[in-house]
Amino acid sequence: MLRLGLGAVSGAALLILPFWIPSTWQNLLITTFYYAYLGQAWNILGGYAGQLSLGHAAFFAIGAYTSAVLASQYGLSPWLGMFVGAGLAALLSLGIGYLGFRFGLRGFYFILLTLAAAEICRLIALHLPILGGYTGLFINFTPNPWQFQFQGKIPYYFIALGFLCLACGIVWLVQRSKLGSYLVAIREDEDASEALGVNTFRYKMIAYALSAALTAPGGTFYAYFQFYLQPNTVLHINHSVDIMIRPIVGGMGTILGPVLGSFLLELLGEFSRTYFAAGVAGLNVVIYGVLLIIVVLFLPRGVYPTLVHWLRQRPGDSR
Amino acid sequence: MTLYVQAIVNGLLVGGVYSLMALGLSLIFGVMRVINFAHGDMMVWGMYLSYWLFVAAGVDPYLSILVTGSAIFLLGAVIQRGLVNRILEAPHEMQILLMLGVALVLENAALMAWGPDPRRVNTSYGLSTFWLGPVVFDLPRVATFAVALVLALGLYLFLRRTELGRMIRAASDNRIGALLVGTDILKVFTLAFGIGAACVGAAGSLMTPFLPFSPSTGIFFTVTSFNIVIIGGMGSLLGAFVGGLLVGVSESLGAVILVPSLKEIVSFILLILILLFRPQGLLRSSR
Repeated sequence: MLRLGLGAVSGAALLILPFWIPSTWQNLLITTFYYAYLGQAWNILGGYAGQLSLGHAAFFAIGAYTSAVLASQYGLSPWLGMFVGAGLAALLSLGIGYLGFRFGLRGFYFILLTLAAAEICRLIALHLPILGGYTGLFINFTPNPWQFQFQGKIPYYFIALGFLCLACGIVWLVQRSKLGSYLVAIREDEDASEALGVNTFRYKMIAYALSAALTAPGGTFYAYFQFYLQPNTVLHINHSVDIMIRPIVGGMGTILGPVLGSFLLELLGEFSRTYFAAGVAGLNVVIYGVLLIIVVLFLPRGVYPTLVHWLRQRPGDSR
Repeated sequence: MTLYVQAIVNGLLVGGVYSLMALGLSLIFGVMRVINFAHGDMMVWGMYLSYWLFVAAGVDPYLSILVTGSAIFLLGAVIQRGLVNRILEAPHEMQILLMLGVALVLENAALMAWGPDPRRVNTSYGLSTFWLGPVVFDLPRVATFAVALVLALGLYLFLRRTELGRMIRAASDNRIGALLVGTDILKVFTLAFGIGAACVGAAGSLMTPFLPFSPSTGIFFTVTSFNIVIIGGMGSLLGAFVGGLLVGVSESLGAVILVPSLKEIVSFILLILILLFRPQGLLRSSR
């Protein structure tokens, strides 16, 4: 009951909030939703199936570039282009997954495979003339909703929020389904689940493709929110880190983990920017790095699982 | 033909210092099973220390490796004692997150201290060359290769011939076994992380005479080190050494065959092939 009430109140707050806050805060919330969305997509593979990917920037970039190029060259609406991007991202993930899982790569080896694949994509993207090379790709602004372009921040706010809700819904469905149980079994003990008859190769592939396909529309959103794409930004390893870091901090393999992690890191980032960015360049990121280290040392299971554990220990809990 | 010979020579010369860098990563991984995501950033700190000593006191980078090596050794030892030691049993993702935090701090502390513009150590011999037949040799690259080789050999002898080196190898082969025979594991870990860091710090100093650098250089060297270590075999020191030379040559050849800005793609493709067909690395017999 309390849960339901809490959900309804926060849902209503999120719906009226953008009309009351200044534009910087709108931006902050949009970024929060958008990274929570990407983190949720990563979470399917990393959190549930336990296969850490340090190359999700590749799927993101496919979503961004596919929709942008289809729109500028063929006039296809990004609303449709994002599905093409999702399909291509899923194909690439199946390619990487086939190679990696076929040959039994696990742990650090899989991480480095995904990293190498993303770096190859970055180098190729830098040399494709259609993507603008080192100059990058500019998208002309024409305020036409059918072209995924809007006046003001509020439409972007609701799209990002909608994307996030959709991703949470998909992950919720996965978690309740047999697929979710298989993935968790693979994460906990791959050999044992294989021995019990789980086709680990197949379910890891499904998780990877689903995760990649969900990541791509995030790239489409980014393309039409920033109107500028450059391989050394969208395909940089730091971007893969940005995608991965929120679900890890929030708590992998939980629905609320990526959301909580995104809120927390965005607030920490904004806090260090506001109070420490004025003086020396770099100080705010140093503070951010220190905060990350503190999270690892003191909340090693992630914020959400720690919070749940802490709440459960209290007597008179309402659940 | 000369073009390719020239590319191979240049690749080998850079490869020597790649080897030293990867030896550090391999040592840290071999002993602690932790991947040092801050590896390249430690190297950048070695570079800046050399730069600073050169500009402020005129100390030659080939001399200042003594200072930078010790300073980065201390940095590594402190990071091990203060942070890495607490997460040795933590899951992969938390270890990665911690090291990423350390990398962010190191990179941006360098940004605070020196700003974003690329720096370079302009020595008097920086542009000297000599010819052997049709092939031209850069003097600083040759010197760097020679010093890197000596340092790598020194590390090898240290690990093979000294009591401390034997303790490090024992802990790397079998942590529990080393504990059972009374090895001071904490000391070994601190020492191994320190030596690994010193290797990459010295490698950084050695590259300053011919390579411009900035705080954001670090991540690329981190990735290159990962590449080399996987290609050679995780935790294998000889593998890291051979892998360094191989990656140096393949990047150099890639720059000639493709375009210079695509040179890394060759080593990434090499990495993927190794991961698929010989995941234990070139020079390890079993996983």
